[in-house]
Amino acid sequence: MDVAFTIRRYQPEVREDPYYETFKFEAEPTDRVLDGLNHIKWHMDGTLALRRSCQHGICGSDAMRINGKNGLACKTLLQDVGAEVTIEPLMGFPVLKDLIVDVDPFFEQFKKVKAYLINDGPEPDRERLQSPEEAARYGDTSKCIMCGACTGSCPSFWPGSGFIGPAAVVQAHRFMFDSRDEGNEERAAALDGRDGVWACRTVFNCTKACPVGIQVTRAIGEVKRALTWDGS
Amino acid sequence: MPRVHTYDALVVGAGGAGLMASLYLGRHPGVRTAVVSKLYPTRSHTGAAQGGIGASLGNMDADGDRPEWHTYDTVKGSDYLGDQDAIEVMCKDAPDVVYELEHMGLPFSRTPEGRIAQRRFGGHTKRFGEEAVRRSCYAASRTGHAILQTLYQQCVRHDVQFFNEYHVVDLLIEDGACRGLVALELATGDLHVFRAKAVLLATGGHGRVWEITSNAVTLTGDGLALVARKGLPLEDLEFYQFHPTGIYRMGILITEGVRGEGGILRNSEGERFMERYAPNMKDLASRDVVSRAIYKEIRAGKGIDGKRYVHLDATHLGREVIEKKLTEIADFCRTYLGIDPVETPIPVQPTAHYAMGGIPTNVDGQVLADETGTVVRGLYAAGEAACVSVHGANRLGTNSLLDLVVFGRRAGDHMAEYCANADLEPIGEEPTAAAHERIERLRNREGGERAADIRAEMQHLMMESVSVFRTGELLEEARDRLAELAERVDHISIDDKGHEYNLDLTEAWETRGMVELARVITECALNRTESRGAHSREDFPKRDDENWLKHSFAYLRDGKIDIAYKPVTITRFQPKERVY
Repeated sequence: MDVAFTIRRYQPEVREDPYYETFKFEAEPTDRVLDGLNHIKWHMDGTLALRRSCQHGICGSDAMRINGKNGLACKTLLQDVGAEVTIEPLMGFPVLKDLIVDVDPFFEQFKKVKAYLINDGPEPDRERLQSPEEAARYGDTSKCIMCGACTGSCPSFWPGSGFIGPAAVVQAHRFMFDSRDEGNEERAAALDGRDGVWACRTVFNCTKACPVGIQVTRAIGEVKRALTWDGS
Repeated sequence: MPRVHTYDALVVGAGGAGLMASLYLGRHPGVRTAVVSKLYPTRSHTGAAQGGIGASLGNMDADGDRPEWHTYDTVKGSDYLGDQDAIEVMCKDAPDVVYELEHMGLPFSRTPEGRIAQRRFGGHTKRFGEEAVRRSCYAASRTGHAILQTLYQQCVRHDVQFFNEYHVVDLLIEDGACRGLVALELATGDLHVFRAKAVLLATGGHGRVWEITSNAVTLTGDGLALVARKGLPLEDLEFYQFHPTGIYRMGILITEGVRGEGGILRNSEGERFMERYAPNMKDLASRDVVSRAIYKEIRAGKGIDGKRYVHLDATHLGREVIEKKLTEIADFCRTYLGIDPVETPIPVQPTAHYAMGGIPTNVDGQVLADETGTVVRGLYAAGEAACVSVHGANRLGTNSLLDLVVFGRRAGDHMAEYCANADLEPIGEEPTAAAHERIERLRNREGGERAADIRAEMQHLMMESVSVFRTGELLEEARDRLAELAERVDHISIDDKGHEYNLDLTEAWETRGMVELARVITECALNRTESRGAHSREDFPKRDDENWLKHSFAYLRDGKIDIAYKPVTITRFQPKERVY
């Protein structure tokens, strides 16, 4: 099929303002959007800058706006988005070059919500026991690949409000509902405030944007409920 | 002037091995440590590992499991090329390191009793080969993701310092000691000097040398190329694993866990052909055996629709098993193939997957300067970039994740001890000069070839001539063509003349390293006139223990490749014929 990729370019060393540029080439309907971007980079314009690594939806490098919707370029097929594709960097993140955005503040949030297991009790000789039912409580949120597609789709995050964003809440959820964890009191400070979960307006953009199918809005709801009623 | 950073220990690469080493270095407050990686840590390819991590916990089998059975399976899987002292260390450490990961919070799948769930995997048996054992500890089909995330989370907790998106372009080695490195900061294009007492290379694999691969686009063998350019040897590069089940044409990995759960390979006649090649272990024979069987079926005209793939049939496993235990596989099939594996078999072909060879090290991760075991002071390697050697001529599934954490941990510990007793040694006057000169030449060259074209030619050539089956004739031809490609690399020009995020430049840089590695791989493959594990010579179809029970140490010297040998360490298991 003949395709046209219109890409929002930003090349600060060459030109001050962002601009849109269209690339036309031939592709297969089953090609990934990323295959198209690679084709442009390798054969048409080597200055195109984007992040990607695993190319099959596990590493979370290539989240971007594809025809106005957030997704991973490596998990979106051309047959599903059509021959005219508009590609832009994630919204709400400072753009550094073309599709590359500043993710440092995004990664900082994981530290803020203490997205790691906290249990300073004595370690048993073998594994800590956890039933399949207990493991299932956080199974969904443990799938998170930290790609930023949810956070970049969130209207509460866009204006630079200070909201920690849905990805950070997902990461917090993953530990809050882990029966081995004892850190919920420590986490509450970052979560239970106007920049925490309460900034969520239940728009559901995040759930739609998640490339690994996490029920993000539901997870945020569970965190809200836990903070309100029982602390875990 | 370049910025100069000073640490005690540096870790290059932030996958499983690098992060594990960093956590262990972090336990020594006196040892100032930083991680330098060309990616953000969570983008590392450890995250793509699916099926599990091997450890003889014995959670699922009434008669238990034992490290010595695991050792035997690994030795046999390696086709007796693995060093048995190192394999014993790995298999003995395995249960402890898995419990440690669990204590760190790893979200393992669980048994009804709440223990870590385990499943069967190729080549893993009880009682020295009697029957398959459930040894693979897993987290659905995202075990690598779970390990990478857990280690990263603990690094965040313990304030490990990261330099993300710094591409290491040179090692500072003088008088047999590593004194630091030079890295290109991607965001600015600036060169930075990192001084240290010790450097660990945990840079991962080099699957991108081949056309069809399960490896990330970033797996370009950077660490190996850095070492080879310093005149240091690379070990056993002729041994490269082709995983039997990559998605047809895309190469994306379909975990061996599918066969571990009962999936079956079928040819165009619907026949379960592995019964003919491995009557006992069938579809769960080791990976080299299964990959060769698939190639043979395709050659015999039994590929599906006469094409270069066979079917991986999981339709009899039922929706519950597929959705719960093989979640990611179902997702890949739907996304990339538009099929539901519960109803339709998966089209698969062998895909370039894992380097058994790499930077030679001892069991403490210290890099070897030669085949006699001399150590390069202050230089370490771990993970896929390293060759301890625990995988020998063929790696068993679940042993790669194990290798990362066991030897990442050991290297981290040894480095900490080394740093406590070593001095920071001086570095030369202009440490960035060599890298700077090469980078600027590349940036400013006009009218040359595109790196992508050279890379694609190399990948195609390696797939055709240096993959599952090899012959002297094809290898010689490949050697000559790679020598031409190596010359053409010096004429690459790039579109991007800027400095910030110039990934056009780093890709060209990586291409140069990959062509160098492809040359070493091909030379070693041509040199080894026997068939062993993943190295299968059609003109020398038998294993030849009399002449070839030894490791290859290849040196890249002035554009030429010299090969020396190191004996295999055999402790308990004498080589015998390998039958599954």
